[in-house]
Amino acid sequence: MLNHIWLWMIVLSILIAGGSDLVHEISSKPRAQTEQTAHRNLNKDTKIGQVTSAAIDAASLAVKISFGLIGVMALWLGVMRVAEEAGMIRILARIVQPITTRLFPTIPKDHPAIGAMIMNIAANMLGLSNAATPLGLKAMEELDKLNTNKEEASNDMITFLVINTSAITLVPATAIAIRASLGSTNPQKIVIPSIIAASMATLVGITTVKLIQYYQQKRKNKQTNS
Amino acid sequence: MDSLKIILDWLSILAIPLILFLFLGYGYYKKVKVYEAFVEGAKEGFDVGVKIIPFLVAMLVAIAMFRASGALDVLTYILSPITRLIGMPSEVLPMALMRPLSGSGSIGVMTELMKTHGPDSLIGFMASTMFGSTETTFYVVAVYFGAINIRNTRYALPAGLLADAAGLITAVYVCRLLF
Repeated sequence: MLNHIWLWMIVLSILIAGGSDLVHEISSKPRAQTEQTAHRNLNKDTKIGQVTSAAIDAASLAVKISFGLIGVMALWLGVMRVAEEAGMIRILARIVQPITTRLFPTIPKDHPAIGAMIMNIAANMLGLSNAATPLGLKAMEELDKLNTNKEEASNDMITFLVINTSAITLVPATAIAIRASLGSTNPQKIVIPSIIAASMATLVGITTVKLIQYYQQKRKNKQTNS
Repeated sequence: MDSLKIILDWLSILAIPLILFLFLGYGYYKKVKVYEAFVEGAKEGFDVGVKIIPFLVAMLVAIAMFRASGALDVLTYILSPITRLIGMPSEVLPMALMRPLSGSGSIGVMTELMKTHGPDSLIGFMASTMFGSTETTFYVVAVYFGAINIRNTRYALPAGLLADAAGLITAVYVCRLLF
């Protein structure tokens, strides 16, 4: 799936950028064109040039982001290791057991993956994005230990990911701050609507994932029977 | 509402020191060699950072090209008759399309919309509710699966995007109802 989406994003952007440049070149007046050709910076003036520089900039930005993560990653992975050795993560996992056994039926009840996932979701709710990503990656690492096919994402990973991307944030701090800076009379007014919308997203996400898992299981059962 | 905000603000400021205090303190109480365990765990931080580079490069390059090419304008043009049917003003459609792709991009779109229409207008409310209620799904898929070197993400992205769509559409309806 990601193969198709990724390829089409790139192909479409090249086609659209090239196409709009072509239309622009044909429709602009010939005289104006000859005057300007000498001074033109094709990298900035054409869409296709902008696409090229965007691609190059994004590649180095990706490395910057990855390296920027290392420090916080190390901090939280260190804390999590201490908590794990002390048995704190297991205690956490046991507290939320009634919910997690339904969402992740195949994960052993007090596996560290559960503790890490709960910490990640809690961090997301509080808007602590610096802590949320390292904790989420820790959870993925634990889920990977239970994964039978290391090439593919497991059902539990996808369930967790969907809960994570539709995460309910109690305080959408960034949106509130920008609203306040633009002179809103009531910047916090979006808190309740955001929580409602995010809950809906989570609900739809979990339902979708569970339905897909249900039908895939059914198909698998049929194949083994026949 | 204001007192709730104050409580939540304090909670988010106190959360990290509290977690550090509790976790490390409990570890010490349980006779864990805290410093050694911390360093041992922290060691993995570098590996994870390096491991996600190829995944993040692939994802961010495709997203950046998509944004720079004006493909979003084309998508907006194609989709606006459909979204108008469900009551989404065509002004906020770019916001809805940008949100799963790019965090900084959607901050830009949201700010622009609130500048032109006002933060307390219906469009301003919708844009900021959309921002507050969903995540940058493409980025999360790349980073989370990248960290454990998984290339075949199966139905993760479509399911995530469907959840996003539900959240975005709900944002439109809730804003219409409340404001």
